Amino acid sequence: MSSVMYERMRVNPKFQKLVRERGRFAWTLSAIVLVLFYGFFMLVAFNPGLLANKIAEGSMWPIGYTIELCMFVFFWLLTVVYVRRANGEFDDLTADLIKDAQKEKL
Amino acid sequence: MMRRLTPAIALILIAGLAFAGPAMDASGAKQATNWHAIIMFLIFVTMTMGITYWAAGRTKSTADFYTAGGGITGFQNGLAIAGDYMSAATLLGLTAMAYTAGYDAYIYMLAFFAGWPIILFLMAERLRNLGRFTFSDITSYRLDQGKVRTMAAISSLVVVVFYLIAQMVGAGQLIKLLFGLDYNIAIFVVGILMMVYVTLGGMVATTWVQIIKACMLLFGGTLTLILAYTQFGFSLTTLLEKAEALHKLGPRLMAPGSLLADPVTAISLGLGLMFGTAGLPHILMRFFTVGNAKEARKSVLYASGFVGFFFNVIFLMGLCAIIIVGQDPQFFEGGVIGGKIIGGGNMVAMHLAKAVGGNMLLGFLAAVAFATILAVVSGLALAGASAISHDIYARVIRKGQATEKEEIRISRFATIGLGMLAIVLGILFEKMNIAFMVGLAFGVAAAANFPVLILSMYWKGLTTRGALWGGYGGVISAVLFVLFSKSVWVDVLGNPAALFPYTQPALFAMPIAFIFAYIFSKTDTGPRAKAEIAAFDDQYVRAQTGFGASGASH
Repeated sequence: MSSVMYERMRVNPKFQKLVRERGRFAWTLSAIVLVLFYGFFMLVAFNPGLLANKIAEGSMWPIGYTIELCMFVFFWLLTVVYVRRANGEFDDLTADLIKDAQKEKL
Repeated sequence: MMRRLTPAIALILIAGLAFAGPAMDASGAKQATNWHAIIMFLIFVTMTMGITYWAAGRTKSTADFYTAGGGITGFQNGLAIAGDYMSAATLLGLTAMAYTAGYDAYIYMLAFFAGWPIILFLMAERLRNLGRFTFSDITSYRLDQGKVRTMAAISSLVVVVFYLIAQMVGAGQLIKLLFGLDYNIAIFVVGILMMVYVTLGGMVATTWVQIIKACMLLFGGTLTLILAYTQFGFSLTTLLEKAEALHKLGPRLMAPGSLLADPVTAISLGLGLMFGTAGLPHILMRFFTVGNAKEARKSVLYASGFVGFFFNVIFLMGLCAIIIVGQDPQFFEGGVIGGKIIGGGNMVAMHLAKAVGGNMLLGFLAAVAFATILAVVSGLALAGASAISHDIYARVIRKGQATEKEEIRISRFATIGLGMLAIVLGILFEKMNIAFMVGLAFGVAAAANFPVLILSMYWKGLTTRGALWGGYGGVISAVLFVLFSKSVWVDVLGNPAALFPYTQPALFAMPIAFIFAYIFSKTDTGPRAKAEIAAFDDQYVRAQTGFGASGASH
């Protein structure tokens, strides 16, 4: 029964669209986080001196601290971006898709 | 939602009123009974017991017991996840680390934090859509129920037990210091309260204990920081100038230091913390307490907001403590500034609270630390108990034939069993160096739970054989790497040299799990493997759409 429903959804082009677009979106955001995070860890490991420098002459703000503070904020903003799109656009598409599959049953 | 949050707000108000009261002088003896802390803690216990009583009336089905019937909102669950994640070790340990090692602590915090966005993007929705009570529901979705669940339950229990021991020993030592209670009494208090919350109130009570505690923690930490930060006119520049001038690291205070000196350790730690978070059974279980994927995503949004905010608060607290605590003789043994801190490094946050807010704030923060341990221990016990009752008893032993009543009864027994085990192990490990245990818990979570979980959701080709090899390979290699590393082989077992040169297992154990899972799935060509691979298609549609997912029961 539900296998039939799953089959109907799978062949629906909307499902392909949902999977493709949400997948691409999620992986892009993940890649951004992973690249920044491990890139930063590489800096910590291979060039710690750079991170210790101040962001400008006479300032007390170290580069490392500033970068990391921005990463905290930026990563969180990415979660906001993802949740907005996933809970809006993608969930609407999902609801459509399920409705289509249920209609077919009649 | 506001109505449901009232208890938490009431508590904050009660605590707030208490601040206005006359401050009793409890200075002097370092382990004097701390009445402020005890009274505030008793208020917390009374309130949470009230909630447990209320929750007990609502806990009838297995869904109520394991997942609060799926009726928790995204915001509430976000607070609870943040509460689960911010243990006493976070508050005390990371403040202490910022105080002694400066910037290194902040690097750690980012590693603890960065797992959350990844969990949201790649896992939250599928976890919610596929799972019901435990994450083994997902790994065993299309694989051999008995074998895969047994494996997932074993690795869950390994994680839970090591994490529990670390929390219990930390609790005993902390409570001895903060409250002036005997170590063994403290262990019993934590163990027994935890058993009451979990056996009577199940996930509903556990979640609310966690939410209240998260509010208290956020409030107490933020208040301490604000009071401390006013001394520097809320200027990071002033704070850093003074801290660097005073600290023995000097200008190196805000530079990456020795903690992550070699690249292998740094990367391995990053992997372990990031993917360990995504494999902790008590965290994963929280995704099943909300009604649907929408709320699951919101949970992570709120949780990561709270966690990220709090890490920044804690780091600044540690920096403020360098100046405020570090120059005050009352916090050093014998009054010698720069000597040994009274109560050890973990007490820095508490000393800071006392310095800026007197005994009231100290008492409040101490009560928060106690509540934190209690809440985290309860979450762990529930996750462990559900692995025993839902996975092993109901699905493996009774093959799905157990009634809900039987299953709940078993999970209550399992909770009591785990509680007693935690008490015994807490007492046995009192004098041991337990620093490795949290690392081990994260290592096993990252190397055993995470790889199999993510492959089962993403890789069509995973078969039972691959999952078993990957899972057991991950657990065993993570445990062995930790056993042979310096922190156990040398520090605990007293051998002269470590057999494994690194302290962090993730970088080595995770690939073993993935490679094993891949090779043993690929070479698995039997008819059952073919059926398992074919079953992925339906699972995939459900994971993507949530159609057929278990919903909220009320």
